[in-house]
Amino acid sequence: MRRLTWFNATSLTLGFAFLYIPMIVVIIYSFNESRLVTVWGGFSTKWYGELLQNEAFLSAAWVTFKVGFFSSIIATVLGTMGAYVLVRGGRFYGRTLFSGMIYAPLVMPEVITGLSLLLLFISIGLDRGMFTIILAHATFSMCYVSVVVSSRLVSFDRSVEEAALDLGCTPFEAFRLVTLPIIAPAVISGWLLALTLSLDDLVIASFVAGPSATTLPIKVFSSIRLGVSPEINALSTILIGIVTIGTIAASLTTKRAVMRRQREERMAEQAG
Amino acid sequence: MRRFSLIAVPYLWLLGLFMVPFLIVFKISLSDVALSIPPYTPTLELSDGWAGFRDFLSQLDFENFEFLATDDLYWKSYLSSVQIAFISTSICLLIGFPIAYGMANAPKEWQPTLMLLVILPFWTSFLIRVYSLIGILSQEGMLNQFLMWVGIINEPLTILNTNVAVYIGIVYTYVPFMILPIYATLIKLDGSLLEAAEDLGCSRTEAFWRITVPLSKAGIIAGCFLVFIPALGEFVIPSLLGGSDTLMIGKVLYEEFFANRDWPVAGAVAVILLLILIIPIVLYQRNEQKMMEAET
Repeated sequence: MRRLTWFNATSLTLGFAFLYIPMIVVIIYSFNESRLVTVWGGFSTKWYGELLQNEAFLSAAWVTFKVGFFSSIIATVLGTMGAYVLVRGGRFYGRTLFSGMIYAPLVMPEVITGLSLLLLFISIGLDRGMFTIILAHATFSMCYVSVVVSSRLVSFDRSVEEAALDLGCTPFEAFRLVTLPIIAPAVISGWLLALTLSLDDLVIASFVAGPSATTLPIKVFSSIRLGVSPEINALSTILIGIVTIGTIAASLTTKRAVMRRQREERMAEQAG
Repeated sequence: MRRFSLIAVPYLWLLGLFMVPFLIVFKISLSDVALSIPPYTPTLELSDGWAGFRDFLSQLDFENFEFLATDDLYWKSYLSSVQIAFISTSICLLIGFPIAYGMANAPKEWQPTLMLLVILPFWTSFLIRVYSLIGILSQEGMLNQFLMWVGIINEPLTILNTNVAVYIGIVYTYVPFMILPIYATLIKLDGSLLEAAEDLGCSRTEAFWRITVPLSKAGIIAGCFLVFIPALGEFVIPSLLGGSDTLMIGKVLYEEFFANRDWPVAGAVAVILLLILIIPIVLYQRNEQKMMEAET
């Protein structure tokens, strides 16, 4: 009983208009010749040129990229281990505390996470900078990775792993040759999620960054506070563009993978 | 041995970078503010041994919590955060449900695209999305120009830097969190139940209230928590869209810490916020567990 009534069509149109109009306005005004953000002064790409010459933004973008790269890798390794322990670890001392610590950061307000990590770094005398941002980001993103990977681990048939062990694999070989390829899609989407979270984070980074390292969100936040500017419009457009291309590419890849699997299944049926 | 190290690495990491920091926040909330580095006393002197530890414990007290209770700024901020989070969650539900419903009832071949359209803003930078509202809500912004053009108002309204802008901001950025879980439950809904209801004489609207809504309850609850909990501690939206009279506890905490440099009070603010949050978090976990049990 799927039908597109006028009610559904209106709510979809209005809903998506609400979600997209603000972003589309930003994109349009990034090509505005005028410095004033509300007056249209003709088409121009000059703000992109100014953005690319803005040293402060470029260095902040580079810091953000490095932080995202390292923290998402650490988060993926730790998060996958965490998911494995959560699903396969069996009983061990402090299991409830462990699963609590995996789920708690997902709902914790960022101001509290940021404050507590900053106080930790200060009390152990760790200098704030890129390293502390990486540690902080790896910690909260590993929890997201764990949740994504553990949902895949739960639904997977354990007997293949046991078969590998019976056939003489060491537990590590069984993990590398059997388990990892099966959970790979979840690990990759966990890594992408960790990367996005790290690139996007403002609150935690501004607590733990210190004066020596500024990430792009911190830089953007401080310039937005001074008012709307065409450079920020240009930067936003670039970021929205990257995300759009990335999301569409990812969805096309999964769609193609699903279609290939269906075709293989059909061929296997015919052959059998 | 291998199993032990597999468990130990993530466990110790979370213990050191999640649990211990909270204990430190709690400890500092019991300390006094001081003009030193770090700006609070007492600090634990490990060199003094057991006597130093006892001395340290005896200097901790609940003064900061008493201060929070007596100064109206704090409890007003807590109340107004809860109110803002609650109203925004309700508006998210009012807007999100029809969108999710429309998606679930759209032709099958559209659904992946519609899903993509909801996820896309979700992956787009949060800060950029809040920023995109500033230009629209400002005095000479698009919304005012539109309303004047239609003739609803004669003079531009002040929306930016008020609580209304904060509501719009929270609803705009968090509505995907509401749409996705509701869509997930609606898509699983068995259409034949609705047909049966109509055969038995229900009108479409009646069938909607008596079948669709109760069966999508789990998604509605999940969506409400996913919006309410982060909205409660929100800091970015009130500081960019709200005015000086917008009271939200996340903003108060941030300013207490960075502007006033009163770390003990910031710690106490965080501890109370956590206590307020524990109630919805426990309720949410219970709901999740019920959903899991219902599925198996």
